[in-house]
Amino acid sequence: MAQHSNKMAQVQAVTANRLIDGVVVYLTAKGAWSEKLADAAIAEGKEAAEALLAKANPALEQQEIVEPYLFEIAEEDGTLVPASVRERIRMAGPTVRLDLGKQAEGKTA
Amino acid sequence: MYRYDEFDHALVQDRVKQFSGQVQRRLAGEITEDEFKPLRLMNGVYLQLHAYMLRVAVPYGTLSSRQMRMLAHIARKYDKGYGHFTTRQNIQYNWPALKDIPAILEDLASVEMHALQTSGNCIRNVTSDQYAGVAANEVEDPRIWSEIIRQWSTLHPEFSFLPRKFKFAVTGAPEDRAAIRVHDIGIELVKGKDGRTAFDIYVGGGQGRTPMIGKLIGKAISQENLLTYLEAIMRVYNMHGRRDHLFKSRIKILVHTIGEEEMRRQVEEEFAAMQKDGPVELPKAEIERIQAYFAPPAYETLENDPAELNEAFEKTPAFARWVKQNVAAHKVPGYAIANISLKPVGGVAGDASSEQMEKVAELADAYSFSEIRVTHEQNLVLADVPQKDLFALWQELDANGLGTPNLGLITDQIVCPGLDYCNLANARSIPIGQAIAKKFEDLDRQNDIGELKIKISGCINACGHHHVGHIGILGVDKKGTEFYQVSLGGSADEKTSLGDITGPAFTEDKIVGAVENIVETYLSERQDGERFLDTYRRIGMKPFKEKLYAAH
Repeated sequence: MAQHSNKMAQVQAVTANRLIDGVVVYLTAKGAWSEKLADAAIAEGKEAAEALLAKANPALEQQEIVEPYLFEIAEEDGTLVPASVRERIRMAGPTVRLDLGKQAEGKTA
Repeated sequence: MYRYDEFDHALVQDRVKQFSGQVQRRLAGEITEDEFKPLRLMNGVYLQLHAYMLRVAVPYGTLSSRQMRMLAHIARKYDKGYGHFTTRQNIQYNWPALKDIPAILEDLASVEMHALQTSGNCIRNVTSDQYAGVAANEVEDPRIWSEIIRQWSTLHPEFSFLPRKFKFAVTGAPEDRAAIRVHDIGIELVKGKDGRTAFDIYVGGGQGRTPMIGKLIGKAISQENLLTYLEAIMRVYNMHGRRDHLFKSRIKILVHTIGEEEMRRQVEEEFAAMQKDGPVELPKAEIERIQAYFAPPAYETLENDPAELNEAFEKTPAFARWVKQNVAAHKVPGYAIANISLKPVGGVAGDASSEQMEKVAELADAYSFSEIRVTHEQNLVLADVPQKDLFALWQELDANGLGTPNLGLITDQIVCPGLDYCNLANARSIPIGQAIAKKFEDLDRQNDIGELKIKISGCINACGHHHVGHIGILGVDKKGTEFYQVSLGGSADEKTSLGDITGPAFTEDKIVGAVENIVETYLSERQDGERFLDTYRRIGMKPFKEKLYAAH
């Protein structure tokens, strides 16, 4: 979990798991939670990242989500993608079962 | 097999009600995650990468067909149509919603199952030999004693908050199929001086970050004294286990630190103290009550090697191959032990679909007294199949993707869920296992290589048993990229050994080639009749290492 976040990361987003079903969600600019990374608010720099993480607090307090944290975003072929293998797998689903998870539900874009 | 009595039923039902209330309060926002986490972990509920995970206990790996059907039903109704059989002979569901878990536990309770003690710092599900009760040379059915230990350890108040998790394994046969020497406590049934079943007790084995082989602490402990002796071990651990340091908290570290002799002395001192007011003994009537549940089924009088079996061998070479590889000798004439591989090439080790689970349940009803075993190597077993029915059984298995004839071969690997599912993993395990299986897909090649156990873990916690793989593979993370460290010469049988690391780790692209290189070295060096492990033990690491890193 936390060990996968890079302290040197410049571009980050916030993710968590939804309480009721554990589904991976991302914090949007409006403070809502989306199942798609494409909807995620992106923070550049340390201060912006900390401010973004603080926006997760209301949902945490209302027990909508579990264990929010920052993760690094990278640019690849003009699109923003998670930098680590772990977060790419959380975003899409198991690499060995392409019929399962967000990748099977059209929620990776 | 064991059936719940009124106490078991009441205990499980009480827990279902209690945990359902806790889930309701969590969903209503009345308790926080910090408050809820220890409660869910006492009930087998983890939060993984994509969803929650529910781990269901399969005591000593024995299931009835009715229970297997319920596991299939749960997978279909609440999950995504499959389950994952684990190295603790349990089953895990990868996608349950928290809101559905009370209903799942209700369904499990209806078939005498639960998720108690499948996580947390308590005594976990007791594992045993999948050939229990049917191996020709066993002292006694180890499930009798596994069940007695299960009852003793279930919700035992003194052992519900141990320094760390605690794992038992029990074997009744001299061939160790339960990996007892890499458990916190491993128990081997032996014949005592009076000819009765007694127990050799190994303590302080384990894998994970600091792998250790258990030490023989108690020798030929009597039936009456078994639980008292185990309790003495647990008390020494509970007192002196390192609660202050997560990585040093398992009993293996305690035994290693104070040494085998001091551990034995302390256990014996505690054992004596417990009996100062008179012997504390397991009542004979209680032992007999549990023994009765594991009485042999009503075997027919049958002959070995029936004519129809030999005819089928001649007509169907694929069947003959499956029998040669996956079928083991049974203690009763005319019967056989049929192993069902959950390792098809292209599949996920240990995974079974709802349809496959139902098919196995149906076949257990038809051919094996309605009973199924789960193995710690992530396969299934029908333990009591008449030899005359093997061909019919194989046809059904083969038609349902369950007839892979690879037991003990290079494609029959232990593979943990790894980074595809697990919150603790550093690297993926399943795709590596699949790529190796694909490379060695050819059955003639697999048979030529012979017994070779590859075990793959996606992190140092070693759920994939890599330390005791003939070839072990450990996934590590280096700055967000997956690397794979290789070890050779591990084994989890009666001659347990821990693998030696070959050297620098390999990338995902190179790991399959590295395994192939190791196999080629073995094939070029082996002498007549040697398995991979025999060759490695004879020639050591050097020739393997030289060839493996020759290009670097």
